[in-house]
Order: sequence, then C-alpha cells, then structure tokens
Amino acid sequence: MPTRRRAVLILTALGLLALASFWAALAVGSIPVAASDIVAALLGQAAPGADIVRELRLPRALAGFACGGLLALAGALMQVLLRNPLADPYILGISGGAGVGALFAIMIGLPAFGIDGLAFAGALGAMLLVFGLAHGDGSWTQTRLLLTGVIVAAGCGALIALMLAITPDDRLRGMLFWLMGDLSQAGSVWPPLLALAVALTLAMPFARELNLLARGLMQAQALGVAVDRLRYAIYLLASLATAASVTTAGAIGFIGLVVPHLVRLAAGNDQRLLLPASALAGGALLMLADTLARSIIAPQQLPVGVLTALIGVPVFLILLSRQAR
Amino acid sequence: MSAPLLSARGLGVDIGGRCFARALDLTIECGQRLAILGRNGAGKSTLLSTLAGLREPSAGSIELGGTPYAVLKPRAAALRRAWLGQALTDPFGSTVLETTLTGRHPHLGRWDWESTRDAELARSALAAVGLAGFEQRQIHTLSGGERQRLAIATLLAQAAPLYLLDEPLAHLDLNHQMAVLELFSGAARDCGAGVVMVLHDPALAHRFCDQALLIDGEGHCEIGAVDAILTAEKLSALYGYPLREFTHQAQRCFVPG
Repeated sequence: MPTRRRAVLILTALGLLALASFWAALAVGSIPVAASDIVAALLGQAAPGADIVRELRLPRALAGFACGGLLALAGALMQVLLRNPLADPYILGISGGAGVGALFAIMIGLPAFGIDGLAFAGALGAMLLVFGLAHGDGSWTQTRLLLTGVIVAAGCGALIALMLAITPDDRLRGMLFWLMGDLSQAGSVWPPLLALAVALTLAMPFARELNLLARGLMQAQALGVAVDRLRYAIYLLASLATAASVTTAGAIGFIGLVVPHLVRLAAGNDQRLLLPASALAGGALLMLADTLARSIIAPQQLPVGVLTALIGVPVFLILLSRQAR
Repeated sequence: MSAPLLSARGLGVDIGGRCFARALDLTIECGQRLAILGRNGAGKSTLLSTLAGLREPSAGSIELGGTPYAVLKPRAAALRRAWLGQALTDPFGSTVLETTLTGRHPHLGRWDWESTRDAELARSALAAVGLAGFEQRQIHTLSGGERQRLAIATLLAQAAPLYLLDEPLAHLDLNHQMAVLELFSGAARDCGAGVVMVLHDPALAHRFCDQALLIDGEGHCEIGAVDAILTAEKLSALYGYPLREFTHQAQRCFVPG
C-alpha cells in the first residue's frame, strides 16, 4: 500500500544519491580537486582549483541536474499522457523543433543566446503544431496525438538532415554536439533549475489524478478527474519542461525514457512518488554521466548524450525483454 | 421526499450520426434495479456512459440526485455514481490493492494519501468479490475474470449510491456471475443503492432487476417492469431470433428455438 512515509524514505535516499553525484561532478575531472578545496570554493573562499569548481564544474553540474530532472519528469508525464510506456519527452517532436531552430541559428552563425532563443522558439513551434493538428476535430485521442507527434518529429528530422547536408564543415561539429546533447554549451543555469522547480510544483498536486489517468480516460473521469483539463495541462507542462532542457543542453537522449522506468521498477508506479523520484534520479544520473563524459578520455570531452545513450540502450532493452514475459 | 438517484428527461443519444435513443425518460429511485438489453452495437454502452455523464447527450437532461451533470464537478459526480466500463487495458503495472484504492480517489483531498480506513474498505471490497489474499498480486498476472472482479471491487470501494454497470458479468464464470448479481441486488435491498446494468441474459435480468429497458439500435427504447417487458414475444423481436419462455417457481427462462 502506498504511504507517505515510504515515499519520504525513497526520496531521501535519492536525494542523497543526487548529492553524491553532485560531489563527484565537482571533484572529478582532468584536474582533481581536494574535498576541503571544494568546500572552500563553494563558500566563496580562495583555494587551489576554486576557480575550476566555481566557474566550470558547478554551473555544469547544476545544469546537468536541472536538465536530467526536467527530462525524467517530462518523460514520466508523457508516458502517462499517452498511456504508453515507450513514450519519451521527444516523442511528440519537441526536440525536433528545437533542433531545427538551433541548427538554423548555428548555420547562419548566431551567437549562443541566438541559438538558445531559436531552439526554444522551435520547441514551442513544434508543440503548438502538434497540439493544433492532433486537436483539430476536438477528439484528441492518444493515438492521434502520438501519430501527429511522430510525424512532426520525422519532418523536423528531415529538415535537420537537410541543414547538416548544406552547412560548411567548420560549423558541423557544433551542430552534431547540439544534436547529441552536450552540457558544455549550457549558458545560465537558472532558467532550467527554475523550470524544474516550477514544473514539479505544478505537477505534484495532480499526481493522484495522474494515477487514474494511467488507468484510462473514462475510468479517470468516472472517478472524478476533469480529464480534458488535466490532459491539456500535462501536455503543456511536459512540453515546456522538455523545451527548457533541450534549449539548455541539446537533445540528450534516453534519460527521459529510461529513468521513469528504473524508478517504476524500484518503487512502483504511484505518480506521487514517481514524479519527484524521477526528477531526482534523472538529475543524479545526468550529473554522473556528464562527469564521466568529460573525464573518460580527458582532456578531450564527449557529448553527454553519447554516454546516456550508451548506458540507456542496454538498460532499456533489458527492461523491454523483462516486460515481454 | 428526496430526489431520485438518477433521472433522465427527454434524453437523446447519438453517436456517429446514428440515433440510439430519443425522448427517453427514466428514473432510478433508491433500491431500484434496471437492466438494459439489446443486440451488439445497439447503443447500450453509449447510453450507459451518457447516463454516467461521461458523454454529452444530444438532447434532454440528466440529473444525479436532483443536480444536473453540468452543475456537478467531476469529483462530486464520482461521489454520487460509480461506473463500470468494459475491457480495461493497463499499460503500467500496479498491485491489486493499489488498483482497488483508486476507487477512494473522490473521497480524498488533493494532498491526502490513502488512510488505513481506506485500505480496510479496499480489502473488504476485495473480499466481497472473492479476491481476498490477492492484495499484493500484480494486475497483469490476473485472469480475465479476476480482472473483472477487481474492477467491481474498485467500484465498491468508491461507495457511491448509484451503480452503472456495463456488462458486469463479462469474463465471469457461472458462480461468480451469480455472486456479483447477488452482491448488487443485496446493495440495492439493504443499502438502498440504485443499479443500472447492461445484461445479455434476459432470465438473469428478470430475476435480479425490477425494471428493464430494451434498446433496438434504431432509436426506439422500451422501458417498464420486468414482468411486462421481458416476454418471449418482445425479446424475440429484440434479438431477431425466436425465443420460448418457460416459468419455473416464478422465475422466467428463455430458450432459443
């Protein structure tokens, strides 16, 4: 039976895990920093390596936590919205739209804030396009939403391929890193952190209603859920959370798909626990993956999306084969 | 006198350009049981979900305990009527007890978690449908009949005074069919619950209900006391197959032939 006590225990454990990966993200790298120096750096005092911690690793760790949390939260919400365990934050074309915007900005040589701005505009454009097309006749069934999203994502994929084909070589690397997901391009960390806090705060009051929504639309409505309103809200929330993450760090894969499933396996499918636990676990996992990405073959850095996919693919295949029983 | 549990006035039900019911009046008072019978695709489920407020009627008004659906918030409606739908699919895992507890949703505040009292209600609902001891089972390990009984237990946990049941006997073996029918007629007799159920067996409808509604799929509905409505003549016309009627100890049986 789901109890508040159990939820608090599990969230505390995940909170500690997130703190541990936060610490690792600050300490590990091509230049190791001692524990006392990290504390000094965080307190704003001068210490060896303090600048590296404050200027490079801290913003990157925070951005990683925020993006991982946003993606895992958006993934959990999309899976309930579409009642499909294979749904992820990108399935409805949000990352495709952002990718078209970002790559166009890189292609015409806009500065960083221009890339972020066009990426966010592209994500919003894809979101509104999918919503408008899927909602067309007012029916807006899960299948129709899913198919519309997949088609819009495919269209964005074609535009992305087109831009990759016609862009001069010297700009291709930036494009590829954006597409694979890369935290080194993260600008200010506050927008994604704020987005995570707001998304979680808005989603949590509806968590029990989402449990019912996962059972079926009419079942949920019969049990007292204002289904249409809830689905609009969840669609908007999941899309904006995805857009915030993609704008910050590109299309980091698999966090949004795999983390909710990992949490489900460990702690069950009660959304009151699943949503905050996914946010914490997603944040912790992405910080960890990013630490690995910049230290495995240091001083060279890998885009973190490569590592999350390398970890995510086998984990997901194992989950899938277990489900087929 | 208090308002009836459910009343519909001049009800019209349309779907996809087809009219299933027009100008239908019906009332369910405390303790009343109504059976809905008709061929496949005649609109029984559509009518029932309309009565449950899950789809808009094309005409007329429906009131739950004297209040129209348009005024009732979904949660308030869920405290007044429980609806059993057909064939659930569950993409995500869940235990039997957790699933039953979803029936308590309308009774809980936004931030509440299920209390031990809710868990007791859920357990006794599971026991009432013969699923005691199944609490920790995963729902996808249940058989079709067990899933159906779990859905009924969830409905009992909702503890609404009006039950709208779409084929409550689907997937159930004979003894569980009788147990479920006795459960709901007991609720009507002892607790004053109202029951509307879609059934396919006119003999069971005659035995367990006091009113019957025949729906022919062309927009004609006939409603009345079971003794007057459930006759071989009317049922033969309804199903388009000749039926013969036998009576044994005041119970009617209908045999194809």
